[in-house]
Amino acid sequence: MNITRETVVNSAVLALLVLVPVVAQLRGDPFTITLATKVAIFALAGVGLNLALGFGGLISFGHAAFFGIGGYVTGILASHAANYEPLFDGAFTVNGTQQMLLIWPIAIVVAGLFAVVIGALSLRTSGVFFIMLTLAFSQMIYYFAVSWPSYGGEDGLSFYTRNQFPELNMFDPLNYFWVCFTLLILAVGLSAMITRSRFGLALGGARQNPQRMASIGIRPFWLSLTIFVISAMMTALAGSLYADLNRFVSPAMLNWHMSGEIMVFVILGGNRRLLGPVAGAGLYILAEHLLGQFSDYWQFFLGLVLLAVVLFAPGGVIGILTRRRGDV
Amino acid sequence: MTLLLIEQILNGLQYGMMLFLMAAGLTLVFGVMGLINLAHGSLYMLGAFVCAAVAGFTGSFWLGLVASLIASAAAGAVIEVAVIRRLYARDHLDQVLATFALILVFSEGCRWVFGSSPLFLTVPAVLSGAVTFPGGLQYPLFRLVIIFVGLAVAGGLFWLIGGTRLGVRIRAGEADRGMIAALGVDISRLYTIVFALGAALAGIAGALVGTLQSVQVGMGEPVLILAFVVIVIGGIGSIKGALIGALLVGMTDTMGRFLLPMGFAQIMDPAAARGVGSALASILIYLLMAVVLVVRPQGLFGART
Amino acid sequence: MKIVKTLFPSLALSLALAGGAIAEPVKVGLITTLSGGGATLGIDTRDGFLLGLKQAGATDVEVIVEDDQQKPDVAVQLADKMIQSDQVDVLTGIVWSNLAMAVVPAAVGQGKFYLSTNAAPSQLAGAGCNPLYFSVSYQNDNLHEAAGAFATDTGYNKVFIMAPNYPAGKDSLAGFKRYFKGDVVDEVYTQVGQTDYAGEIAQIRASGADAVFFFLPGGMGISFMKQYADSGVDLPLVGPAFSFDQNILQAAGKAALGVHNTSNWSKDIDNEANKTFVAEYKAEYGRLPSIYASYGYDTAHLLLSAMKTADVKDKEAFRAALAKADFASVRGKFSFGPNQHPIQDIYVREVVEEDGILTNRIVSTALADRADAYAAECKM
Repeated sequence: MNITRETVVNSAVLALLVLVPVVAQLRGDPFTITLATKVAIFALAGVGLNLALGFGGLISFGHAAFFGIGGYVTGILASHAANYEPLFDGAFTVNGTQQMLLIWPIAIVVAGLFAVVIGALSLRTSGVFFIMLTLAFSQMIYYFAVSWPSYGGEDGLSFYTRNQFPELNMFDPLNYFWVCFTLLILAVGLSAMITRSRFGLALGGARQNPQRMASIGIRPFWLSLTIFVISAMMTALAGSLYADLNRFVSPAMLNWHMSGEIMVFVILGGNRRLLGPVAGAGLYILAEHLLGQFSDYWQFFLGLVLLAVVLFAPGGVIGILTRRRGDV
Repeated sequence: MTLLLIEQILNGLQYGMMLFLMAAGLTLVFGVMGLINLAHGSLYMLGAFVCAAVAGFTGSFWLGLVASLIASAAAGAVIEVAVIRRLYARDHLDQVLATFALILVFSEGCRWVFGSSPLFLTVPAVLSGAVTFPGGLQYPLFRLVIIFVGLAVAGGLFWLIGGTRLGVRIRAGEADRGMIAALGVDISRLYTIVFALGAALAGIAGALVGTLQSVQVGMGEPVLILAFVVIVIGGIGSIKGALIGALLVGMTDTMGRFLLPMGFAQIMDPAAARGVGSALASILIYLLMAVVLVVRPQGLFGART
Repeated sequence: MKIVKTLFPSLALSLALAGGAIAEPVKVGLITTLSGGGATLGIDTRDGFLLGLKQAGATDVEVIVEDDQQKPDVAVQLADKMIQSDQVDVLTGIVWSNLAMAVVPAAVGQGKFYLSTNAAPSQLAGAGCNPLYFSVSYQNDNLHEAAGAFATDTGYNKVFIMAPNYPAGKDSLAGFKRYFKGDVVDEVYTQVGQTDYAGEIAQIRASGADAVFFFLPGGMGISFMKQYADSGVDLPLVGPAFSFDQNILQAAGKAALGVHNTSNWSKDIDNEANKTFVAEYKAEYGRLPSIYASYGYDTAHLLLSAMKTADVKDKEAFRAALAKADFASVRGKFSFGPNQHPIQDIYVREVVEEDGILTNRIVSTALADRADAYAAECKM
């Protein structure tokens, strides 16, 4: 691999994300570790969205749905296990679980199934219709979660203790950070593999010129649907981790503002950049905390910062640092 | 029961007209400039706040209405020149994000200027109260006025697009941007005018609807999403589509909330039926939108995708 | 993060000289909503709490104030921060039930006191009660129960009831029905954040009811009352105080005039503590206090009263000191029941106009010495 400027910037971003919690641990400041974990989780959601948004050219305004589904699967399994109530008790019995290694695949598969349906229907359209259709589906799930009483409705669902991981104490903030960080790195690696594979190249072709792809016998629909589903699965994993970070899920995870925020992470860092979402999520959380200190109206300034990035730095932060627009 | 049904149909019609006022500006801006403007809801909020503030200060609702029209059109022109203009050539993603950022700026800016508490705005005396129809049906006068204003705006827009020089340019701009510039029309001025017009429509909608609702920060967001649902169902860029879409959404929502809980009560325990019925009612319009788009991906009256 | 320190060394000295006072420093984490649409409630809570400390000349109380943005996940993270990094002794300030449900169990689980300035969901009053959790405001159902009692006393026979379709809304209608002896002609759940009530008003018109009970907090209530006033339906309205609070009453305008609402506090409750509170709040902030401000103010005084006799590090002693509720509440008579929720009178107020400003006046007492429906389920 050539050592490009972007490689240097990427390494620096990752080093920083590791360094902050380690230093915080030494200084006895667990909250900073929690913040770093939040960055890693949001970054993972962003890496997922980036696959659809950046590499697939699918502007999904409904990824909060998958983030929230991942969270709710986690919350529901954990609370059933904690209360010793079976999930399903009929011809056979299905129990809840508090094992992360079981919860993650279930969350991923459930979100994947939703993504197949939502994706297949939404991909019948394109452009602004696609944006709005993904939004519509996530709004349906949001309103359903708000008004369905079984799992807390608007109040959300608390499960009080973090789920378990073999041989590691998940209550230790730094341990939990490592788990989230490792998953983030795996997801980044997977996206790198996907985008460089033949599938990824075909996808890039489909994004830039669908007609040409169709003419050589590749149907963009299946490419797009595949990337949409993989993207949703990654975001769902992030949702599961976020639920465990807070030991709590609520419809707020499904709200369209959440979709907007995940999108902001991607763009702030740099659309189509491998580590764009990591830099974006880091900056967003940092800005939230710094601006919050000096004004009650911090969202006003956050809006101005975002606006400036979109207007004047279309390659995002990583774009600024590497001084070229991202193109794969 | 018949009276109730008629009243609910009127409510659906009126709600649809309310949505149309909001959706008209949105679809106009999209049709001409191809721009997704999430900040449309913020202009709606601005209209309501300015109307409330001016009406509170001067004591005249009508002055407030005029002020809201001017303020929202001016705000529209300013953000078009400062921000929106740079977005026409960008993809939808950048447009969504930049206007999402504008929402944050407008919402917190409004709270900064006007405070956190909701503002007071009420129906002017001449339009307050209910009218009684023959047959005993009572209906609030102000809601009838909103239906009328909606119809007037629809008529005005059809005339503007179909029968004026500006309309010719707008249609030409929709069809071929390069050509209209080559013909010597100042395209950036045209865009500013169209955007300000869209903003003014949002502002008027905010002032009128704010009269019936709570004038508070964030009031534009739920209605923004609904307005998008409307124009997507109707076909983006089509005024006729926005009108039909708005009526469809208004009617579906009102009737769903009215009939679904009653329907479920026939087949299950009434208390549970109310919960399930209203849960389903709240997702009904999104369901409608999904069905329309799956069957007709360009919307009911949409020409292009 | 904004840190407000209230340290008055000279007063600390005088208190120590007066004897009996153990001036242990107490760190308080106040998480509340300071930005976005719900900010008024949080700002009032914070201002009431800080005024309480200031007015008592509080010594050695350090308050850390943070904005939860009305988002439950943010509230949980702030609580983690305050517990882990700031090492607060007491948490307080949350306005919304869904945020409280996310934060309170975790906070008391980690051995911190939580004093509720508003939200008090039923789950935390019954089986989920905890020795470290106190509700200073009420139990969520209380004001709705009082509305039910008021409707019964007034002689309403057929009432139309309405609330948003979320857990607090369902609790509200259940609370109303607990004390209402007549018929409920129809029960309607509206959408959360709904802004147009034409459909519901049509149903009210057709229902043949003789009164309407509604629980629609914040902007929802304003929208409903404005539309109702203009609809030609003139059945009497009854509701809990939230839609008639000082900070939103002006926005509802004359539409609210004459409406009866139930509250455990009102600015015209006749006692010294309340008079001082109302006067000093007006002097300090230039506006009339709201119920949220009154809860914040009472919470500050409750905390100070416990600090006088116990050390916050000695949990058992501090809990006992809090449970005595040995402070002059602005509500007058005030004590804690076995589940550490208030036992208090709940009043009926009427919206009136005073000097061109809409406000409330107490007209009667709906429930005297009311505890709550869940105390029996609490095993502590």
